Amino acid sequence: MSTSHHTPAGHGGAEHGNHGSKSSLWIGSILSIVLTVIPFWLAMSGATSAAAISAIFILAMVQIAVHVRYFLHIDSSTEGGWTFLAFIFTAIIVVITIIGSIWVMYHLNLNMMPMSIDEMRQM
Amino acid sequence: MSADLISKPTGKNASGRVYHRPEDDHHHAGGATMVGFFIYLMSDALIFASLFAAYGVLSRNYAGGPSPREIFELPLVALNTGLLLASSITFGIGMQAMVAGNVRGVIRWLIITGILGAAFVGVELHEFSGLIAEGATPQRSGFLSAFFTLVATHGTHVTFGIIWLVTLVFQLNKRGLTPDNTRRILCLSMFWHFLDIIWIGVFTFVYLFGAMR
Repeated sequence: MSTSHHTPAGHGGAEHGNHGSKSSLWIGSILSIVLTVIPFWLAMSGATSAAAISAIFILAMVQIAVHVRYFLHIDSSTEGGWTFLAFIFTAIIVVITIIGSIWVMYHLNLNMMPMSIDEMRQM
Repeated sequence: MSADLISKPTGKNASGRVYHRPEDDHHHAGGATMVGFFIYLMSDALIFASLFAAYGVLSRNYAGGPSPREIFELPLVALNTGLLLASSITFGIGMQAMVAGNVRGVIRWLIITGILGAAFVGVELHEFSGLIAEGATPQRSGFLSAFFTLVATHGTHVTFGIIWLVTLVFQLNKRGLTPDNTRRILCLSMFWHFLDIIWIGVFTFVYLFGAMR
């Protein structure tokens, strides 16, 4: 662990970028508002195309990155890189959990006996 | 190596004992606590990942019940998203006040953040009660079970965040920006922004994709 972060440095935190600067707050706010308005506008205008869904997916990923960078202030230098490492590790596990579950269960569903809506209603 | 790390913050005594003076903590509001709290948030993210995975698997299992398109009201979700996003921004402004050492400013912005958070929970409960009144209860279908579990878990987190926030306001009012309180605000700030990030996933994958299906 980097010991340089443990040296007394006055009012700790600000030097480590824990609460960020005014400019990063406003950049983050404006970006996140734009990145929220566009997907809602797309969905509420009745778009259902694959292109619209892909666009909303990409906008969500970008917005998550913006929030992590500008609101949580996580970058490779925060806390000697430990939070960034933990974040990347968690992101990988999250992707494996979600994609893996959906993939496995989709194939499991394909191998099940088909059931009609009427049969389901009687369950 | 551990002895080296432990003796470093005090550095003055040769006995290897660690003495904590009140002003010691002040040098680093957070320190290992910030990393530790971040690790907690990441483990919380894994809980949400499994709930998202369960929703992804069950999101088309309607069992003859209502589909997302029939029950989701996007204007209500847009309002909720706006409230939570605004609360994240007001918390950010509160953090700026903390950097400036302005206790009154921190308390004011925390209260505004708390009100926005409470409004978010209120709108969500209103939505839930509407759904349940329509018969779209958690036990109706796999889709609704997964939906209520995921969204209500997030809502519960926000509720506990508000309780934490109110506690902090009282602490700040009584003791001001002490090192302990500064550390608590830093942790709550991470918690609050984290919940906003989870909500991005909820409104995108649950509400928007559900309404477009």
